[in-house]
Amino acid sequence: MLSSKMLGLTTAIALVATSGVMAETLTIATVNNGDMIRMQGLTDDFTSKTGIDVEWVTLEENVLRQRVTTDITTKGGQFDIMTIGMYETPIWGANDWLVPLDDLSADYDVDDILPAMRGGLSVDGTLYAAPFYGESSMIMYRTDLMDAAGMEMPDAPTWDFVADAARAMTDKDNEVYGICLRGKAGWGENMAFLTATSNAFGARWFDENWNPQFDSAQWKQTLEFYIDLMNEAGPPGAANNGFNENLALFQQGKCGMWIDATVAASFVTNPDDSTVADSVGFALAPDTGLGKRGNWLWAWALAIPAGTQKQAEAKQFIEWATSKDYIELVAENEGWANVPPGARTSLYENPNYKDIPFAQMTLQSILSADPTSPTVDPVPYVGVQFAAIPEFAGMATQVGQEFSAALAGQQSVDEALAKAQAIATEEMEAAGYL
Amino acid sequence: MARAVSTRTRAIYTVIAWAIGLLIFFPILWIFLTSFKTEADAISDPPLFFFFDWTTENYGIVQERSNYVRFLYNSIIISVGSTILGLLIAVPAAWSMAFVPGKRTKDILLWMLSTKMLPAVGVLYPIVLIARSLGIYDTYVLLIGVLTLINLPIIVWMLYTYFKEIPVDILEAARMDGASLRNEILYVLTPMALPGIASTMLLNIILAWNEAFWTLTLTTVDAAPLTAFIASYSSPEGLFYAKLSAASTMAIAPILVMGWFSQKQLVRGLTFGAVK
Amino acid sequence: MATQHSRSAARLMMTPAVILLLGWMLVPLVMTLYFSFLDYRPLRGAFDCCVGFDNYVRFFTSSSFWPSVLTTLQMVGGVLAITVIGGIFLAMLLDQPIWGQGVVRILVIAPFFVMPTVSALVWKNMFMNPVNGLFAYLWKFFGLTPIDWLSELPLFSIIFIVSWQWLPFATLILLTAIQSLDSEQLEAAEMDGAGVVNRFFYIVLPHLARAITVVILIQTIFLLSIFAEIFVTTGGSFGTRTLTYLIYQRVIESQNIGLGSAGGIFAVILANIIAIFLMKIVGRNLDK
Repeated sequence: MLSSKMLGLTTAIALVATSGVMAETLTIATVNNGDMIRMQGLTDDFTSKTGIDVEWVTLEENVLRQRVTTDITTKGGQFDIMTIGMYETPIWGANDWLVPLDDLSADYDVDDILPAMRGGLSVDGTLYAAPFYGESSMIMYRTDLMDAAGMEMPDAPTWDFVADAARAMTDKDNEVYGICLRGKAGWGENMAFLTATSNAFGARWFDENWNPQFDSAQWKQTLEFYIDLMNEAGPPGAANNGFNENLALFQQGKCGMWIDATVAASFVTNPDDSTVADSVGFALAPDTGLGKRGNWLWAWALAIPAGTQKQAEAKQFIEWATSKDYIELVAENEGWANVPPGARTSLYENPNYKDIPFAQMTLQSILSADPTSPTVDPVPYVGVQFAAIPEFAGMATQVGQEFSAALAGQQSVDEALAKAQAIATEEMEAAGYL
Repeated sequence: MARAVSTRTRAIYTVIAWAIGLLIFFPILWIFLTSFKTEADAISDPPLFFFFDWTTENYGIVQERSNYVRFLYNSIIISVGSTILGLLIAVPAAWSMAFVPGKRTKDILLWMLSTKMLPAVGVLYPIVLIARSLGIYDTYVLLIGVLTLINLPIIVWMLYTYFKEIPVDILEAARMDGASLRNEILYVLTPMALPGIASTMLLNIILAWNEAFWTLTLTTVDAAPLTAFIASYSSPEGLFYAKLSAASTMAIAPILVMGWFSQKQLVRGLTFGAVK
Repeated sequence: MATQHSRSAARLMMTPAVILLLGWMLVPLVMTLYFSFLDYRPLRGAFDCCVGFDNYVRFFTSSSFWPSVLTTLQMVGGVLAITVIGGIFLAMLLDQPIWGQGVVRILVIAPFFVMPTVSALVWKNMFMNPVNGLFAYLWKFFGLTPIDWLSELPLFSIIFIVSWQWLPFATLILLTAIQSLDSEQLEAAEMDGAGVVNRFFYIVLPHLARAITVVILIQTIFLLSIFAEIFVTTGGSFGTRTLTYLIYQRVIESQNIGLGSAGGIFAVILANIIAIFLMKIVGRNLDK
């Protein structure tokens, strides 16, 4: 048959194409964030030191999640290293899907990893993923606009102050919006921000018996506050803005304040990309006086899926990419402001790094986030802007869509919360919690 | 077609048609223009049309970051491979349906089309598990196989409607003259069917080139086509319009150029329903 | 007419296509059916047989089910309406004697060659973005408040993007059909005093009937499984969650394969209802 000949031919082509690849090649899945792209550019340093080649699969965050999750749950074995976050690591680690990183070399100095990051990436004290960079959230604001509004940003502001300042800075005719916040639906987009913020307002996802709490007064207060503020002082189309969209707006000088990931600090202060680089100030994420700040904790980390044939090589790579030497290497090539932040204690003790304007505020933010006790009232889950249970991502994305629709004015706050409560209850019942 | 019209009428039609044509094409032109801007110019207010500092830096950045040639090569192999394989299977099937129709022919044809309605995402896990157990994940074999199967119904159907319009009398005459089945297909049918086959082929290459769900899900490195290339440029951090435009231009240019050069063939074969 | 010999040869030639498609359809379908009766949640390590119709009941009674079916129908219907009507109009226009016809035709069919992901990304960011999009500049130029397309008119925006991609296909097929129209027939009707409207409805439209059915059939098949455009633009927010997207959320985002598989079976049923409906019309038109 002709068709079988054709199949044979294509097989032959495939074999020829793959035979060029040597055994010593690591396939690494990563997200297309600036720090990872920088790492990609520095791969030659790793290859020249170890003789191991690296094949990058760089994908947009949502596509990456879809790919690596499908791969790990079906034991697809396509990757030797995966870039995952603080949400996936404990779940996957507990399922024994990841290779424990408990035998890293002495040079690597695993104790240098910031305790909060190490804790969030470990299961029962065993590290399952090494942080490439870590982040919390904080306020980035325009010092010039703050001056013009006749206000002064304290280091640890309250939400009321932030709201007043945002309204004072807003000048819609000139496309200056007092505050830019995430509105795009997704558990890692608007729900990361809103869950963290709700902690400051005394709300929580679940009570101690896993009952969803969206019918509480605190959630209503959180959501009303957020939507009112965004309507008055936020940019148009906020319901579609995630981290990237807000970053672009801030860099163009269209935001007075922006509360988001601390890693953004190096982008907004980089004069190559940012038109407002020389007038950015930083402050801790706001609170409401209840004792919790609305700042999250996250790390992008490198993990080795169980079942890869190249564990030893993969560990070599992880040691290289998350080492102190790598930080030095980036500093040499790109300057200290651009090194991956938030992973190692020694970075914040480095005199070169202390001069970076956002370094101390980043460290303070990270240190003030406590995933084991994120809320005012007690909760049964771990995680600041998420609950580290497998059902969270799907559930929170659906809830996020309701909140996003409320922000877009398509439904009221009460409707959104009622739907959120129904979604969460349904999911938790199906998962056997209730 | 040969109606005589006044120059004035013709001018009016020309203006309307050009205006609409340019409007429809504008987004593509805009991608192209933006790919030559700096990121700052790309979002400048008011928008810049032609008078900006043309730069190719975006293409440089994209090329430095990803191995464009390999993605392109994979896209070509997969789309052309699946099209050829699809035609090899579909031509005999469509031929027999068109010229030797049985009682169930129409049912089979319609059933084939309905297989295309399976939602891809619903069968994601089954397909991934099958691919894994066969050990063909991230290979041309898998991709060509899947894309062939996805598009086979369309190929069979297009060829069927085309073949049906070939007058049966000619085939009968050939048969009378003692032509064997093989000769009949080779020397009588094929030349007549060529335009139809050509346009089916082109359409299928386009569909396979643009398929983004399976090509993204079932590939990692070795077989990853341009759809995976694009996935690393969508919404990265910071300003990205210019880089996205450059990557987009690189992803769509080859197929666009092919489409333009072959549009006559493409049009000629799309005669579903043209002749009674 | 056909001999016994050619009949069996014909069977033989059809076999590879039929068997392959049968396998392609049945194997995943059977697996999906099997999964749909399981409690299959990989992140929990759950792969338990059997939960009966629990997944079906949950998927069907979920508050998102009917809205998603409705959204699917609206989206498919909207795109079909725009592309068919627009396609007829464009085909008739391109059939007129115009200067540079070939170039215009190239301009019109170009969007068909653009990957759905690229077109969604470009429309979303470079046109529909309410701050930096071209539409926003256009609106501001005329002193209007820019529209936030993707949250104010989300379904329309997606229908618009998808229509842009499929309009060329409809135009091409309708154009080839219109070109085969006997111009003498039209002229005769004109002589008899038939107006433009009458000529269109009594001569042109019936002539195009079969081509229109083809356009509707082929496009429906592709439109039912639209994914990239929603994934890139709204991620299913603001009432743009189609059945396909709902299944995606169950399978990928919630990692509940059992539930998603049950949804997949529902989608197959829906597709088949639409298919039977379409086939009836198409079958009739194809026989003509």
